[in-house]
Amino acid sequence: MDLSYTPEETQFRDEVRAFLDEALPQRLSDKVRDGSTLSKAEVEEWQAILSARGWLATHWPREYGGTGWNVVERFIFDVESSRANAPSIIPFGLSMLAPVLIKFGSDAQKERWLPRMLDGEDWWCQGYSEPGAGSDLANVRTTAVRDGDHYVVNGQKTWTTMAQHANMIFCLVRTDSSGKPQEGISFLLVDMTSPGVEVRPIITLDGDHEVNEVFFKDVRVPVENLVGEEGLGWTYAKYLLTYERTTMAGIGASRAALERLREIAQAEQSDGKPLIEDLLFAMRVARADIALKNLETTTMRVVAATAQGGSTGAQSSILKIKGTELRQEISALTRRAVGAYAQPFLPEREGANEAPVGPDYAVAATPTYLNLRKLSIYGGSNEIQKNIMTKAILGL
Amino acid sequence: MDFTLSEDQQSLVDVLARFSRERYGIAKRTAAAGAESGHDVATWAQLAELGVIGMLFSSEVGGYGGNAFDIMAVFETLGHGLVGEPVLPALLAGTVLAAAGSDALDRLIDGSDIAVSAFYEPTSRYDLDRVATTATEQSQDWKIDGAKAVVHHAEAAQTLIVTAREANGTVSVFAVPAAASGVTMRGYVTNDGIRAAEVKLEGVIVPKAAKLGGVALARDAVDAGTLAICAEALGLMTWLKDATLEYLRTRIQFGKPIGNNQVLQHRMADIVVEMEQARSAVINAAAAMDGPADARALALSAAKYTIGTTATMVAEEAIQMHGGIGMTEELGLSHFAKRALMIDHQFGDSDHHLRRYITLSAA
Repeated sequence: MDLSYTPEETQFRDEVRAFLDEALPQRLSDKVRDGSTLSKAEVEEWQAILSARGWLATHWPREYGGTGWNVVERFIFDVESSRANAPSIIPFGLSMLAPVLIKFGSDAQKERWLPRMLDGEDWWCQGYSEPGAGSDLANVRTTAVRDGDHYVVNGQKTWTTMAQHANMIFCLVRTDSSGKPQEGISFLLVDMTSPGVEVRPIITLDGDHEVNEVFFKDVRVPVENLVGEEGLGWTYAKYLLTYERTTMAGIGASRAALERLREIAQAEQSDGKPLIEDLLFAMRVARADIALKNLETTTMRVVAATAQGGSTGAQSSILKIKGTELRQEISALTRRAVGAYAQPFLPEREGANEAPVGPDYAVAATPTYLNLRKLSIYGGSNEIQKNIMTKAILGL
Repeated sequence: MDFTLSEDQQSLVDVLARFSRERYGIAKRTAAAGAESGHDVATWAQLAELGVIGMLFSSEVGGYGGNAFDIMAVFETLGHGLVGEPVLPALLAGTVLAAAGSDALDRLIDGSDIAVSAFYEPTSRYDLDRVATTATEQSQDWKIDGAKAVVHHAEAAQTLIVTAREANGTVSVFAVPAAASGVTMRGYVTNDGIRAAEVKLEGVIVPKAAKLGGVALARDAVDAGTLAICAEALGLMTWLKDATLEYLRTRIQFGKPIGNNQVLQHRMADIVVEMEQARSAVINAAAAMDGPADARALALSAAKYTIGTTATMVAEEAIQMHGGIGMTEELGLSHFAKRALMIDHQFGDSDHHLRRYITLSAA
């Protein structure tokens, strides 16, 4: 056994670090570190920097303008970016739709949509969840009915992340309801500027506008926007789930958050000394630290197995469960660390610029904690992950 | 990155697993613990012959393994077979003897001698520096007085490796023949079916050369032993998990296998998640064994804490999911569960190691 990177991998990691050091504006990394919401322009700014370096499409083969990185290189890039508090790449187009297009899309679709992702011309969002299709995703009711050269789409999507910024949405729609729920689902690309598309904000419990409802009323979508074959949308959606998902562990983000927590617990006083010296608090931090070190190695084991040709499959459920629990725990500790200043609610809607109450680092503690409740709910709730493990790993 | 076993490791693991499956078992283990010697002489000889002990030591000192991942592979396999022979004492005593350059190691590796470490005392808890046993230097020899607690396989040993405090306050490590005058033992069987003893040392005279070195020797030995029992726990947990899964598949209640119940399915999934984390913790510790002392101590405490909490959880859950039958002496499960639980009481429990981890992190 050998936990270390090869010389080439180490060199690559150093290259990534040097790039982040030089290219990542501190303005952005400070906001990420403090848990502030980034504006559309700020996200686009960072993605343009990555695109200029050729590092935006980390999942794509070179021929389409991607990095062509292997699983270890992607892993290194993800971890280093998160640890440096770089803004996350908005995954919906680049990491979720693109692999489906590359595998199942027509040449025309690839030629049209992929370059626009790299240039930042399109902002994609994901139209999977519906009011009646959460964990039971196959229960999709939004319909698409063929009418000449168009599909006519009616229905509603929900929890649509960043739909307020998006001009395009990829949707699971029902084109046939005669068979099993998984059959008759199709994968459709919809222009959100089409007549009949309406986006309504959902304000989450942290006061943030991150997710939306998207309504479709007689929206006409050209048939060339159907990906692959009609009725096989479930297969394409599942393809994404079997795709490499070691980022689900979020170890880079957790490591950055834990380091920030230590700084805060050093600054906060408890009983006349730094909070980090309080044994009860230190114990909770140490538990999280140990679990994170374990998870880092668990993730690397999955990465190494994938690099050797294995499929992450159900192993990624383990990473998702543990990774999200851990990030939530660190956010809970951060909320506790700031003490009474966890209470003031200082919304940071665009345009608003109120002076903080209490220490700067305290402002986002509770909203971040609240926001991260989503981690164990989305992407297949942790209970769904355990159902997957029950079948795939336990064979029960 | 490479998380696979080497060819040598894999072949020893295969041979050892086959041996414990086909030629060993709980009946043999239990009988041995009840016997005067406290172990099975034939099994011990066979383990030595298979190369199990040699795998724990480097070729420079007469073995043919000795790196941390060799130790991990051997002890995980021993755990899976619930082997009760004195391999762990051999690792600790041998680590001391190897560091001290003693030629007694040869007889340990070929199985002709048994040596055990006796570091902990009735009131030392898990602290290696809290030594009340004294070593008085005399003109020709040392005189050792004191008591050592829960010494595994002491009655089977020819040699006891003990810590004792000299007049100037420093703690040193001594090799004491078990047959020496003044050595008495009160033997017993542990809750997890291993022979152990309380050892008294009263005016025990050993030659000058019996002093092997400072307390660092004991510390290094305990580090190796800690890694070893963490790995042993991985083997135990794998067995417990598999047995419990099998039970969930075959035990019928209300007309269907109890494994159809989601509440049990998710508890099994939790076990799998935590076991993967525990394996990573042990890998981290093994990888740190040859590194800087601080990093090694930190990784070992992280591992022992993780193993302590996880092995306890797996043992308790395995018993619970088996229901009444899990409470019985007759079922193999209880024996594995008890060993998994008692590992938390060797070389420091999860609280001890969490505290040490905090102290080391702050440094």
